[in-house]
Amino acid sequence: MIEFEKILFRYIDHPGQDGIETYVQNGGYQALEKALKSMSPEEVTEEVIKSGLRGRGGAGFPAGRKWSFLPKGVNKPVYLCVNADESEPGTFKDRELIEKEPHMLIEGTLITAYAIGCRTAFIYIRGEFVFGASQLKKAIDEARAGGYIGSNVMGKGFDIEIIVHRGGGAYICGEETALMTSLEGHQGYPRVKPPFPAVSGLYGCPTIINNVETLCNVPHIINRGGEWFASLGTPKSTGTKIFSLSGHVNKPGNYELPMGIPLRELIYEYGGGIKDGHNLKAVIPGGSSVPALTADKIDVRLDFESLAEAGTMLGSAAVIVIDETVCMVKAAYNMTRFYQHESCGQCTPCRQGTYWMLKILDRIEHGRGEPEDLDQLLEICSNIEGNTICPLGDAAIPAVRATLQNFRDEYEYHIANGKCMTTMGPRFE
Amino acid sequence: MELSEKSIKELNRLKGLYPSRRSAVLMALHVVYDQFGFVGSEALGAAAEILEIPVMDLQEAASFYTMFPRRKAGKYHIQVCRTLSCELRGSEELMRFLMEKLKVEMGGVTEDGVFSLTEVECLGSCGTGPMMQINDMYYENLNRAKTEKILKELRERAKND
Repeated sequence: MIEFEKILFRYIDHPGQDGIETYVQNGGYQALEKALKSMSPEEVTEEVIKSGLRGRGGAGFPAGRKWSFLPKGVNKPVYLCVNADESEPGTFKDRELIEKEPHMLIEGTLITAYAIGCRTAFIYIRGEFVFGASQLKKAIDEARAGGYIGSNVMGKGFDIEIIVHRGGGAYICGEETALMTSLEGHQGYPRVKPPFPAVSGLYGCPTIINNVETLCNVPHIINRGGEWFASLGTPKSTGTKIFSLSGHVNKPGNYELPMGIPLRELIYEYGGGIKDGHNLKAVIPGGSSVPALTADKIDVRLDFESLAEAGTMLGSAAVIVIDETVCMVKAAYNMTRFYQHESCGQCTPCRQGTYWMLKILDRIEHGRGEPEDLDQLLEICSNIEGNTICPLGDAAIPAVRATLQNFRDEYEYHIANGKCMTTMGPRFE
Repeated sequence: MELSEKSIKELNRLKGLYPSRRSAVLMALHVVYDQFGFVGSEALGAAAEILEIPVMDLQEAASFYTMFPRRKAGKYHIQVCRTLSCELRGSEELMRFLMEKLKVEMGGVTEDGVFSLTEVECLGSCGTGPMMQINDMYYENLNRAKTEKILKELRERAKND
């Protein structure tokens, strides 16, 4: 097993790293000082563009380019929203960063705010992360006392406030436009794009929204240069990535590794292989919104391009490992139940489509399925696809379509025999 | 059902915090929930008055977001994650175990009002499943012995309160 240099997780288990004193001892807030004292906002953006850093929330859009879309010469405030509404099933990386490295996120937020000319930044954290929110509040108080937040930071005329805002338990608010609607105090309905948030976002003002992990990379890019960052990973997927490994592996957890690491290595070398000596059946490589790969496809590399070529996506890099004992109809039912529950109800294809898919999967799972149900499921997928305001509708499709494509025999067995092809033994000891 | 001094102080802070007053809605719901364990109409009315927003804004949000139950739950509100990664690690068995130990149905409250039990979607704790959230705390990597011990400790704590 090769030991790769960790960038975000270097001090993650260092005692006291969540406090400002230890964070500063370990080189914290040097990047902010460098940016404020020796770089113009444009130079900061330029460095991030050079790094090739792509959004870590799922879409993979280049962060620096997103910032450069802000219109010039508009007489309105610019807002920065930190998307800490981590809720893609399988993903638990931002939570670890927030709880253990809150100052890294604050520093990344401050540098980004400086680059985009923002004076008020919001951290929208999912409501259930009570501890995470308290860690952030504590870190913000410490940073304010240390002179990193407030007015005229480091005497450079940079005024900035950061507000921690807790969500209310809605997956949809991780979608960037729903996040803004929610932050404005409304039910979390996504908005039609364009206009894009950079032009008209929070309160109708130019707004940049970035994921927690994305922003945590920014201080390191400023300290060590965009070129250094671009030398890590693959040419188009630069840097390291935190992979959230869960399911049937011996050592689940967050692993920070260079982009492009083979999926097989992640599962067998870092994750210690499949639990209880079972065989691998399937892997979902990027959160439950992306198509599952069958066991024979795990030599694929984990980066945006390689996974797209393999017919799936890197998404949030949440790798869910499924062993041979799992019934894929049941897995599809579980994931569809999630999307049905979390659909905001605004668009008919998503609201109704997820409802009917769940009903059909429920009857197949419980032995009342009909052979024509399978085509019906695929038809509903086509009716949702591309017909909704936000990506939640599309995200509900792979759970059904990819499992039907790769494990159709399990569906047919269910319909013919009224039960699962496999039996998952007890898992709760 | 009066708002505590702490809640009033926090609501007043929230009122001036955002560029738009309505933005305080979610945080205000948290304040009310934290004090009472549910969001009741009377408390929402009082909060709306402090924030100087229509009470409808608070009610509308409370009906959309899942974290603001309108009725009182148990003293210890147990939420079990049921999403895929946790199911792969035994969340269904955990739920059955809890129903059996607490003698309560999913969605119910125990007779003594100490525990309420509910299943929820992904809590972002997928590497440490099966898991549950009890009030503000996460309990992870659960097995039978560990879960039983947690219930016992909370029962004791409820008795001594």
